[in-house]
Amino acid sequence: MLATVGYYEAWWIQIIKGIVIFAVGLQLVPIVLIAERKLLGRFQGRYGPNRVGPYGALQPLADILKLLTKEQSRPTTSVGFLFAVAPMISILTAVAAFAIIPFGDVQHIFGTPVGLYGIDVSIGPLYLFAFGAVAFYGIMLGGWSSGSKYSFLGAMRGAAQLISYEVSQGLALVGVIFTAGTLSLTGIVHAQAGMWYIVPQFFGFLVFLVAGFAETNRAPFDLTEADAELVGGYNTEFGGGRFASYFFAEYLNVLVVSGIVTTVFLGGWLLPFGIHPPGWVDPIVVLFKMSLITFLFIWVRATLPRLRYDQLMSFGWKILLPLATLNTLVTAILVVVTH
Amino acid sequence: MTWNPGEDVIEVLRGPKPGAAGGTYRAFGETLRGLKTTLARVVEGTHTIQYPEEKVPVYPRFRGRHKLHRFEDSGLEKCVGCSLCAAACPADCIRVVAAENTPENRVSAGERYAAVYEINLSRCIFCGYCEIACPFDAITMGHDYELSDYSRSDLIFTKEMLLAEPLERTPLRNEGE
Repeated sequence: MLATVGYYEAWWIQIIKGIVIFAVGLQLVPIVLIAERKLLGRFQGRYGPNRVGPYGALQPLADILKLLTKEQSRPTTSVGFLFAVAPMISILTAVAAFAIIPFGDVQHIFGTPVGLYGIDVSIGPLYLFAFGAVAFYGIMLGGWSSGSKYSFLGAMRGAAQLISYEVSQGLALVGVIFTAGTLSLTGIVHAQAGMWYIVPQFFGFLVFLVAGFAETNRAPFDLTEADAELVGGYNTEFGGGRFASYFFAEYLNVLVVSGIVTTVFLGGWLLPFGIHPPGWVDPIVVLFKMSLITFLFIWVRATLPRLRYDQLMSFGWKILLPLATLNTLVTAILVVVTH
Repeated sequence: MTWNPGEDVIEVLRGPKPGAAGGTYRAFGETLRGLKTTLARVVEGTHTIQYPEEKVPVYPRFRGRHKLHRFEDSGLEKCVGCSLCAAACPADCIRVVAAENTPENRVSAGERYAAVYEINLSRCIFCGYCEIACPFDAITMGHDYELSDYSRSDLIFTKEMLLAEPLERTPLRNEGE
């Protein structure tokens, strides 16, 4: 059975919407890039990049330009086709997952109703997890097809990490889905009108956030990259545009996880204390909340050292999974009792 | 019979075992403490010195590029070409060729003067022994440390370059600073 997708816009509105959302997402990535480098600098008592452009604002542009003009090289032991396809898978899944983040409610623009999101699928979180799982093919195939031991080790770690953390991440959302009674992300936001789910689902929020760090291969769970021991992990052999694709996908994944946390736990475009601003404020509210979560990502990266591999595994299976399961169980009982 | 350590034994306080519930709680607490520590660094501000624009002032005794000196009143060179600096130099980077002063061509205050005085700054280790060896204080260590150049031969400083008034590119630290 195919999931139902809430389409009510004309086909040309959907195309325009797709282009706008993709363009916005594409512009957000360099902003996150420079924000991360500047903030990491501040966290370490230095300035970060401040030479290219005013306050170093053009640094990501220079980075991307440098990467794109570099020579594409690949090791002789690599598997050519997969080596080229793997970064594309990574970037494709990241962009696809970005499509379901709701930036606002349905607005009436020039008299036509337009939902401020790519698509509103009735299986919201499942769509996210499906693409999250496919995203690891990008890492796995990239690492495997490089024909290098470091890449291979990074890819294997990535696979193990996915299995450990995707389960907890899924279970953390189940509590929210119980409470909201819907899988649609816009529906979940509407259900938070009384109270944001960060309050009743605090443990779910924590588990989802921690699993989100692991899911996006960010510190302290960046074992797939682990520059200290694996050179660069799965992307060791990649250079130029292909490396840029992996980089882009990583930062877009950070944005996607921030967006999902915003939508599911922080009330999406809703403001507290019953403030109802006009519709055009919605995307700004969502972007502001997303930037808070992204700041948290950078903050944690600046703070925590990388976990050892067995610590990662035992943390995932022995702490996160029981916590997520317990959270789901308690929520389920409470939902049954109160209804 | 077991050895009795007596009263030297120090009571050891052990934390909860890692992995247990207490360990998890402790790890969570320590994580929050770490987050607080890093955020405090943001509030504290940066400690970076933006080098080409800002420079750390050097101390008066800083050993930078060498300077050769003249007498202020007569304008004659202090260096008499004795080659003691070249003898003292552990890196062997100083080359002195002495010549006799004549009444028509009087360069230094002594009998002889340095016709050639070269310091190969790419070999110099800035130990300051030349300064100590010099009986006339003709050579001293300056404060300039920005010495990079495009070719090695450009780093061989001749007498004219060493005698010339140096560009004071580096700020000097004042007394008590």
